[in-house]
Amino acid sequence: MIRVVLPQHLRTLAGVSGEVTVEVSGAVTQRSILDALENSYPMLRGTIRDHVTQQRRPFLRFFACQEDWSHESPDAPLPSEVTSGKEPFLIIGAIAGG
Amino acid sequence: MSKVRVLVGTHKGAFVLSADGKREKWEVSGPHFAGWEIYHIKGSPVNPDRIYASQTSGWFGQIIQRSDDGGKTWHQPGSPAADAPAQAGPPKAASNKFVYDASAETGKPLTTHQWYDGTQHPWEFKRVWHIEPSLTDPETVYAGIEDAALFRSTDGGQNWRELPGLRGNDTGPRWQPGAGGMCLHTIILDPSDPLRIYIAISAAGAFRTDDGGKTWKPINRGLNSQFLPNPTDDVGHCVHHVAMHKARPNTLFMQKHWDVMRSDNAGDNWREISGNLPTDFGFAIDVHAHEPETVYVVPIKSDSEHYPLEGKLRVYRSRTGGNEWEPLTKGLPQSDCYVNVLRDAMAVDSLDSCGIYFGTTGGQVYGSPDAGNTWAPIVRDLPAVLSVEVQTLP
Repeated sequence: MIRVVLPQHLRTLAGVSGEVTVEVSGAVTQRSILDALENSYPMLRGTIRDHVTQQRRPFLRFFACQEDWSHESPDAPLPSEVTSGKEPFLIIGAIAGG
Repeated sequence: MSKVRVLVGTHKGAFVLSADGKREKWEVSGPHFAGWEIYHIKGSPVNPDRIYASQTSGWFGQIIQRSDDGGKTWHQPGSPAADAPAQAGPPKAASNKFVYDASAETGKPLTTHQWYDGTQHPWEFKRVWHIEPSLTDPETVYAGIEDAALFRSTDGGQNWRELPGLRGNDTGPRWQPGAGGMCLHTIILDPSDPLRIYIAISAAGAFRTDDGGKTWKPINRGLNSQFLPNPTDDVGHCVHHVAMHKARPNTLFMQKHWDVMRSDNAGDNWREISGNLPTDFGFAIDVHAHEPETVYVVPIKSDSEHYPLEGKLRVYRSRTGGNEWEPLTKGLPQSDCYVNVLRDAMAVDSLDSCGIYFGTTGGQVYGSPDAGNTWAPIVRDLPAVLSVEVQTLP
């Protein structure tokens, strides 16, 4: 079970109040987590990744185990702590003014 | 007794203002979609309980929201309601997916427009500026987007398809963004001809289709824009808004970047009607619900000073279809007022005594129950108002 932390606005859109969990079969990567997340919460499609290019939206960043994964390959395996559920995968909105 | 519902989009959420036909006591509901920019929110004229909203964010992109109960609850079309339990399974729809049509069937997919510096720039989707529900079918709705294009949904906002003939009419490479971006901000459906639609783009101009959106032509003859190399070019004009009275679908009123204009032949020719206005720069323009020759504008000082002249917030009314304008000031601030009224932030109701409403970038929404003779604030302290629409309910 993978833990995912969403920014507040996306929690509201998804109708959740805290962390969400998703099941990922196979390698745990940014792509597989986001695929599983969008499958469970279809209202989030297009809000994290562009609908067409599947690129990360520019004002969002991905963190895991206190490291910035935003610029890593979406298919790079994430740390075992994320795979085991010990640490969450964080989706963070960039600070860009009010 | 009839009721009115004022739908307000702001920089930080949507608000619904409701009153009975007297329009004296108002209930305020909101913020809906708190923290998001609501560029536009508009109800279906066929089913007033069906309301569409454009919810947008620089972080999370574009969301289309829909209410089927008059704004009490909302959901993304095709997705489960936000307060419903999450459901596993494939997405049912993609209501926030706006993809430009680049298919071979359109003949010549258009990939660039003019940038601020005159170079060519690729089309990039940014947001939905304006939502226009069909006059006859609550499931059909149009969306005007930035970068400028027209989309349509025929399934209640679940899926969107571009009407590519607009961008494909050969003039696209000469369209350019205005200060607010290259937005398609005005959509007018002709109530007398289901195949005729007017749209306006800043800064490209006004366009018309007579075949339901397959083909379009610029309708800008008579416009004069000094910032253009050719001030009377067929495209490139910064049209701010266009209004029409439903009983006179061939008569259009336009607030341009500078100049207030009028056409009596469906946009084929325009003439200036600025007349005695103290300044003819502005954004909003609308027409009285029952008097097709009564027009309203809110003059703004200039293109670099977006506030009223002399700090006095004045709506100007013409009862002669233009040229002769009178200031309407009773109840509006007449000193130290430096707000703006944006292009989609004025609307009228259709009660016997026509009500008119507008919102400001200072967060006030003013209403007049007597066609502009007297005004009062409905709310004073909302976030900056982006759009105002009105529903007149039985």
